[in-house]
Amino acid sequence: MSGYLAMGGYALYVWGSYALTALVLGLLFFGARQGLKRRERELDSLRALAPHRRQRAGSKKGEST
Amino acid sequence: MSPWFALVARDLQLAWRQRGDLFLAVSFFLLVAALFPFALGPEPNLLLRIGPGVVWVAALLALLLSLERLFALEQEDGSLDLLLLSPLPAEALVLAKATAHWLTTGLPLVLAAPLVGLLYTLPPGGYLVLLASLLLGTPALSLFGATGAALCLGARRGGVLLPLLVLPLAVPVLIFGTAAVDATLAGLPARPHLLLLGALLLIALPVAAVAGGAGLRQAAE
Amino acid sequence: MTDTTTARSANLHRLANPGRFLRFADRIYPWCFGTMLLALTAGLVGALALSPADYQQGQSVRIMYVHVPAAWMALFVYLNLALASASLLIWRHPLAGVAAQASAPIGAAFTFLALATGSLWGKPMWGTWWVWDARLTSVLILFFLYLGYMALSNAFENEERGRRAGAVLALVGVVNLPIIKFSVDWWNTLHQPASVSRIGTPAIHSSMLWPLLVMALAFTLFYVVVLILRMRSELLAARLRALGRLAVEGR
Repeated sequence: MSGYLAMGGYALYVWGSYALTALVLGLLFFGARQGLKRRERELDSLRALAPHRRQRAGSKKGEST
Repeated sequence: MSPWFALVARDLQLAWRQRGDLFLAVSFFLLVAALFPFALGPEPNLLLRIGPGVVWVAALLALLLSLERLFALEQEDGSLDLLLLSPLPAEALVLAKATAHWLTTGLPLVLAAPLVGLLYTLPPGGYLVLLASLLLGTPALSLFGATGAALCLGARRGGVLLPLLVLPLAVPVLIFGTAAVDATLAGLPARPHLLLLGALLLIALPVAAVAGGAGLRQAAE
Repeated sequence: MTDTTTARSANLHRLANPGRFLRFADRIYPWCFGTMLLALTAGLVGALALSPADYQQGQSVRIMYVHVPAAWMALFVYLNLALASASLLIWRHPLAGVAAQASAPIGAAFTFLALATGSLWGKPMWGTWWVWDARLTSVLILFFLYLGYMALSNAFENEERGRRAGAVLALVGVVNLPIIKFSVDWWNTLHQPASVSRIGTPAIHSSMLWPLLVMALAFTLFYVVVLILRMRSELLAARLRALGRLAVEGR
């Protein structure tokens, strides 16, 4: 197992590449989801202030995960 | 006189009225070129090797300086909207502004370039190719620059934004311009590089006209 | 826009209606997300366990399974960005502009990953973190094109104007990309006469090819997933701005 993790001496480069990819793609995904959730909450709070407009803006339905 | 030439002539007149500004870009060009020996040391062989590249990078930076204001005056006094309503298409307007920009900024730089050649101990054979490469390359830079300036009209932080847009597009000009002079210094023919620079200029003309024209129309909407 | 062009292109962009798009996106999102997780798992198992080590590069060849798909995505996303930009300018799809703007950070991230993993691969292979290799240099300029697009499209008070200016820039970039590629190749042969070994072999064994393709599929689906999230978020932001204006006008 430790022989596998050592990647024939290239551990830093191989695991570094995969870790960096995971980090960047993770930030991109969770950042996008966070932004969407925040705006959904903002819109909901605005709708709560003006309930009569609820029917007109009706297409907001889906969940994000 | 056709409206296109009238437009160029008007820009030249405006530039002549403030002819002190003409020397700003040239002074900046010479100053940037003079900085490299301070950073790298005055060794003649080294200077000769980096000379052509320094001329080109300094010319590129000096050309960028004046681009930001290319359409700013017209937009501030509202004459841009009038020019766009005139029968002259927006594409021709961009080409006219790019021509005026090259005549007022690019051409003085080309004329000042031999001075930089002297500073970098360029051998006599190199001057002609240096001038030829600049004569072909700097108009392409003015054209790409005018495109960027049209797209940035009305943007926040226009001054920092413009170089970010224009510099990646300028890479091929920089490569072939420097390579032409380097080839001559190495005793190789410079002709293929100069031909490629000419091809770049021919591509830059329609690209700048169409893209810059679209940018101007968007800015006026 | 005249009525005839609207009618002619109406069937071309049924999705141009934000409500319709949102319903479509909601429907495909779980499928894309699930398939992406499957492909990612299969691809990672294939890349890290099942595929063999290279006889020349040893275990470091495993970097290829993230590096090459990331480089493919860098180009693919730019192509999409340009196509969306063209349809924004030609047919004035508002959604195409949103799609282009939402694509840019994803493409920039993939371009960054291609550069960073290329550098991590280059260190053991070439002995330095960076080599002015023709391919790496072209990708670096592509990265700057992405940054320029992002800076320009976010630089205006009016979002629509930003997207349209960005769209023109993206198309100029597409015209220039082959020229940049050509000039960088030319420059590279002038300065480094073919001494640098190239990453990637032309003929690749199937035991290495399938993890590569599965990872590329996973990355493509990841792009779709994040694109949907970002586009929905942007459409909500537009609605929030509209509601804000209504509230101000109503007062």
